[in-house]
Amino acid sequence: MEETRVVLHKAGEFLPTSSLEYEAVGGYAGLRKAAADPDQIVDVIKASGLRGRGGAGFPTGLKMSFTKGAVADQKYVVCNADEGEPGTNKDRVIMEEVPHRLIEGMIIAALAVGADQGYIYLRAEYPHVKKVLEKALEDARTHGFLGRDIMGSGFDFDIQLFIGAGAYVCGEETALLDSLEGKRGEPRFKPPFPGVAGLWGKPTLVNNVETLANLPAIMVNGPEWFRSMGTESFPGTKLFTLSGNVNNRGVYEFPVGVTIRQLFEEVGGGCPDGRRLYAIQTGGASGNIIPASLLDTPMDQESCDKVGATFGAGDLMFMDETCCLLDVLENLAEFFVKESCGKCTPCREGNPQLLHLVQKFRRGKAQDGDLDLLIELGSAMTIGCLCGLGQMAPNPILSVVRFFPQVFAVNNVYVRGAS
Amino acid sequence: MTNSIAEVVDADAVLVIGSNTTEAHPVIGAQIRQAVGRGAKLVVAEPREIPLAQDADIFLKIKPGTNIALLNGLMHVIIAEGLYDREYVENRTEGFAELQEVVEDYPPERVAEICGIDPEDLKAAARLYAKAEKAPIFYAMGVTQHSSGTAGVMSIANLALLCGKIGKYGCGVNPLRGQNNVQGACDMGCLPGDYTGYQKVANPEARAKFEKAWGVKLPEQPGLTVTEAVQAIEDGKVRCLYIMGENPLLSDPNLNHTEEMFKKLDFLIVQDIFLTETAELADVVLPAACFAEKDGTFTNTERRVQRIRRAVPAPGEARADWEIVQEVMLRLGYENQADSPEEILAEIASLTPSYGGISFDRLEREQPQWPCPSPDHPGTPILHVGRFSRGERALFKPAHYLPAAEQPDDEYPLILTTGRILYHYHTRTMTGRNEDLNRISGRSFVEINPADAAKWGIESGARVKVESRRGEVVVDALVTDRVDAGVIFMPFHFGDGAANRLTNDVLDPTAKIPEYKVCAARVERY
Amino acid sequence: MVSLTIDGRPVKVKKGTTILEACEFLGIDIPTFCHLKQLKAEGSCRMCVVEVEGARNLQISCATPCAEGMQVHTRTERVVSFRRLVIELLLANHDTNCFSCPATGRCKLYQYAMEYGVEHSRFAKYKPHHPKDESSEFFNYDPSKCILCRRCVRVCNNLQANHTLSLKNRGPDTWVGLPFDKLFKDSNCVSCGNCVSVCPTGALTAKAGKSYRIWEVTKTRTTCPYCGVGCQMDLLVKDGQVVGVEPAEGGANPGILCVKGKWAYHFVNHPDRLTTPLIRRDGELQPATWDEALDYVTQGIQKIKEESGPDAIAGFASARATNEENYLFMKMMRAAVGTNNVDHCARL
Repeated sequence: MEETRVVLHKAGEFLPTSSLEYEAVGGYAGLRKAAADPDQIVDVIKASGLRGRGGAGFPTGLKMSFTKGAVADQKYVVCNADEGEPGTNKDRVIMEEVPHRLIEGMIIAALAVGADQGYIYLRAEYPHVKKVLEKALEDARTHGFLGRDIMGSGFDFDIQLFIGAGAYVCGEETALLDSLEGKRGEPRFKPPFPGVAGLWGKPTLVNNVETLANLPAIMVNGPEWFRSMGTESFPGTKLFTLSGNVNNRGVYEFPVGVTIRQLFEEVGGGCPDGRRLYAIQTGGASGNIIPASLLDTPMDQESCDKVGATFGAGDLMFMDETCCLLDVLENLAEFFVKESCGKCTPCREGNPQLLHLVQKFRRGKAQDGDLDLLIELGSAMTIGCLCGLGQMAPNPILSVVRFFPQVFAVNNVYVRGAS
Repeated sequence: MTNSIAEVVDADAVLVIGSNTTEAHPVIGAQIRQAVGRGAKLVVAEPREIPLAQDADIFLKIKPGTNIALLNGLMHVIIAEGLYDREYVENRTEGFAELQEVVEDYPPERVAEICGIDPEDLKAAARLYAKAEKAPIFYAMGVTQHSSGTAGVMSIANLALLCGKIGKYGCGVNPLRGQNNVQGACDMGCLPGDYTGYQKVANPEARAKFEKAWGVKLPEQPGLTVTEAVQAIEDGKVRCLYIMGENPLLSDPNLNHTEEMFKKLDFLIVQDIFLTETAELADVVLPAACFAEKDGTFTNTERRVQRIRRAVPAPGEARADWEIVQEVMLRLGYENQADSPEEILAEIASLTPSYGGISFDRLEREQPQWPCPSPDHPGTPILHVGRFSRGERALFKPAHYLPAAEQPDDEYPLILTTGRILYHYHTRTMTGRNEDLNRISGRSFVEINPADAAKWGIESGARVKVESRRGEVVVDALVTDRVDAGVIFMPFHFGDGAANRLTNDVLDPTAKIPEYKVCAARVERY
Repeated sequence: MVSLTIDGRPVKVKKGTTILEACEFLGIDIPTFCHLKQLKAEGSCRMCVVEVEGARNLQISCATPCAEGMQVHTRTERVVSFRRLVIELLLANHDTNCFSCPATGRCKLYQYAMEYGVEHSRFAKYKPHHPKDESSEFFNYDPSKCILCRRCVRVCNNLQANHTLSLKNRGPDTWVGLPFDKLFKDSNCVSCGNCVSVCPTGALTAKAGKSYRIWEVTKTRTTCPYCGVGCQMDLLVKDGQVVGVEPAEGGANPGILCVKGKWAYHFVNHPDRLTTPLIRRDGELQPATWDEALDYVTQGIQKIKEESGPDAIAGFASARATNEENYLFMKMMRAAVGTNNVDHCARL
């Protein structure tokens, strides 16, 4: 099945860090168009129906309008490149292959909201990406796309690269801002939202890499063109990361609404060694685990919500019949214990208890009542934790309870997928 | 304070001069630090590297006694660079030309030389203060306790006026009063030339008003200040002292002399909660109740009147000071009408315009800042808004820098400066009764720079003799670069190793404040 | 103004009012651990959650602003069971030896566990406790009693701005400690004790904390007797003795005190206090009755006044006494003695 490349347009066909080569394939045309009438940008983005690609799917134009409307002596645009969700690699591909598209998107966003300083918050685990971005940023400065009086527009904007310190929670936008300010990375209570009071209390537009990288093409081709792809409520393309027991692992760009089956069979080439697909974790480590019977679910937010899958950042981890879901859940629970920031009680204290209970099942030590407690605690966390991390952490467990109840049969020591 | 404490948290820049705020006024110090945490710039001018210096953007480690040179230097830069508030100076002040003439003589290089600082730091500090919209100045005894203390205070006012920072939110000149009710004691007319609310004894109208209210003829001549009264004992002019709740035999300068004077008194009455150094010399000691054992009001450094309330009974036969004074007055043939703190406050309010709206009843609900002339007046958080006490315009009172009265020489090569520490209060009559505080800081000490310590072979912890022309004490040495070479520091709290045996009792001619902050001294191993 | 209903009761509040504040106004009790009025809400403990109609998740009342038409329910089944779960999660790792805990009687965890009927936790204990730090002269720190509400850390960093306490590690390993694992006595701690004042459990307690139970003391609002800042505070009194001091919120102090205000109250009940008038007889100060002493005072004053005139007498009033006392003293010197020789140590 042929990819629809918007964000990854011409990726691999030119030297990523060269703005000249990027321009030769149509790069920075969106910026030129945007710079001609910066006041229109937010309306164009609103009309395009673009929604955030970081997982939450918030309408980007609306988010921009908050920061645009805020009155302040200083505004910021921050790119969330802390791609920490296990099983997600799409932002890495964008930054490696088309870094100038991200830079162009950030400049457009800055023009739109009136920011003169941008930050890319890059996860420390991408050292090679850091080198690419540094080169690309320097190149953009050299060619007048960053710095003072960009392209003679009278507009000043520069981008600073900031390297995170290895905390998953800093992918949460307010924790990211705290970290950027040099503090312990912990989520803040919202409101106020960063759009109004973000970095150092100033209005700050925080967007995911992929979201920003969509802006140039929308500016060039217009909102109607963008809406011609994807679904009515979630237009455009999406980068999907396929991982796990699938032959062609990787990052692929398709219109939103492509079915999981298409991605699994036509793109991914099925499970290796002809094994049977058992389960799919959707939306990354904090996403729901669904059975193979839901393969025909289209990958868009509404469809995913309807069946109990997670759209998230477009991640699909395939598990074949050799996979033990309790192993998977234990591994994931350990991850959230490690990555909880420790700020709110239910996440800090709840995740270790989730892990402990999963381990009891995994080791055949579970007792009557443990499953009820697991469900009670998991459900409580989803409605009562401070940030997305704690609210989503129980998702894998609760979805397995829902779709694979046999896994939690008390003292059923080792429940394999095949059983 | 012209302004309110809480405003500092909103400040853009804060200038602290001659105040070890986090130790002497810790809760204000904390609020200054809050401001710094929110992005305010901080300038600290002090001879010692006090804790707040670590939070400062610019720390001006000036030589003791050079405040006026520093302040004139700041104004020189501000005028030279055109950073002053022209409109304010034009519309709200008088005497700018005179000020300009005086500060002309204080170019950064000269000031840097006098104060021992970097001229670039001085310029940077001037710019910071002048350009900030909300910039309060805080100062304390480090400015006032000099033979030129009054001129120092005036120079601070000049600086604030020059930059249009009086009568404005988040600005002002803010002296930090050392004791819980030193503001109130002044407000109450415990000053030789003032009745309550600074109504002058010398003003016949004011005197007539009090004569009428009190039903007696009142003396016309202003009286003696504490320091003058002590001097007057010498020639027999003062024969009797009645001291209520003070311990001059530890807090006065040149203690050896003070002690001599006190012994000469014919009659010494001391009213206190403990048998203080002063009480030990008394002819009669009257046991008083402490703050927890009585009702009344204190007025804090921002002019806020607040209640104290009786929580426990006084020990033994101790009585509240007001009850004792009431009794003495009765026996001297004067009968007061008011018979409780509440009634006394009502009498104060009736005679004192600035306290006119303050009553026990109101203080249950709110704690207004004076001037508060009537019950429906909200109080005055900021003084001089739109108008000064002398009229529409404030008057610049420029002053030249004068070196401290006593300068180091071959015999006494060091400058001794004194101050407070966090863990004790004044003469330790109260804090000295806490064993935990004493374990942290229980003995007098002298801070000395490593270079000086090496010169005299002194190590931290060693006993050293500190001497001045007026006396000598033996204390522990603390070798530290908190003080520069040539400067030593001692806290004045301790009876044993009392810094005030050494300090100079030369007075500021106007305020009669002694020069505690600078005298010449020498140290040697003991 | 915005109108909303809380538990079916209509209420109008100023824009920006939080649900918690609105509940307080209505007299509806909401449990909190981390909330401190003087500090920006951070919403970490999650005890104060309420149900807001239309919201998928529970909302924390301490930080959520009231909105027009909002319908709030403070004690739904979902809310109560969530709070119960929070208590259980905290109890799982809490040292529940309450018999020896100085916080007994005022501990919020204990109070809410009783109120929400949590007698034991269904969750496993998994945390080792960090060692106690009893090095401060004034207070003890017992991490096994800490529920990580972080009030102490926020007060130390945001109000006292001293940056002694910090959060260490993350997730379940999070604990409140000092940089480089220092002890309090070796740190930059200034012993202001504000962390102790805000601790809702027995983690940070006054060394003298075991000498009274909270129900044995009365609180009297007063003004600190030390420096000129004029901090407001409450004296804790048991059997006629001051046994502790708590900060109050005043115009000058945002609910904090310093080392002197918080801890240096021992002088009040100190055995050295003067309890009887003393008159010097035969060169020594000897106890006397009030009548004797007062007569002695007035006779002495009268005698000198007759011999040398009123200006031979000087009075020093007190920067420590009240306004009323200073006024009366000044009046005595001027109206009864007849001299303006009255001053006090403002300059010293």
